[in-house]
Amino acid sequence: MSLRAAARLESLGFTNVYDYEAGKADWFAAGLPREGDAMPVLRAADVARTDDVTCALEDTVGDAAERARAANQDQCIVVNEQRIILGRLRAPALAGDPAAVVEDIMELGPTTSRPDAEAAPILERMQARNVDRILVATSGGRLIGTMWRVDAEERVGDPDDEIACDC
Amino acid sequence: MPTTVSRDELQRMLDDEDTQLVDVLPAREYAEGRLPGAINLPLKKLNRDTAAVLDRARPVVLY
Repeated sequence: MSLRAAARLESLGFTNVYDYEAGKADWFAAGLPREGDAMPVLRAADVARTDDVTCALEDTVGDAAERARAANQDQCIVVNEQRIILGRLRAPALAGDPAAVVEDIMELGPTTSRPDAEAAPILERMQARNVDRILVATSGGRLIGTMWRVDAEERVGDPDDEIACDC
Repeated sequence: MPTTVSRDELQRMLDDEDTQLVDVLPAREYAEGRLPGAINLPLKKLNRDTAAVLDRARPVVLY
């Protein structure tokens, strides 16, 4: 639709016209700011903690564990230079052989949620499956943070936490 | 032919205050959710008069 509008503008004499063809769905899925009446819904990105410890494929488990310990965390998200999620090391893996290489022992393809997904249904699924956390990532797989069940249980449905809306 | 921009390119363009951002979706969809700073010019209402709110000298990005 925007391409047609752009063509229409050009027909009206505009010469400096650009089309963001991917549109707002792409923008919101990347966890970028939004305006509008639909804002009161609490979304994964609103709940997610963004202080994840990250490590690289070639790091040693000892390095990753040390970094996690220093940040008082029990997981390390394996990412590339663009913060695209490649894997994850959880507590048992971090407690393993410190000389091992992250790539060799990481958990592959951890489940993620989109940042613009509503938090409430995610929480329901986490409770049903007894999952304590889920990674939040853009549609392109870039790490945004981790949504913890304990945080979501505290915030979902709390009227004080709903974002003010004049709609 | 309009130039297609990616999300990253759009973000860079929006850092420049000259860029005008236009949501061409119907008013209701615009009201529900939009990119910050976007104005609404629905495709069905886009004509010479409604387009007059835009500055021809500055870049216009539509979505």
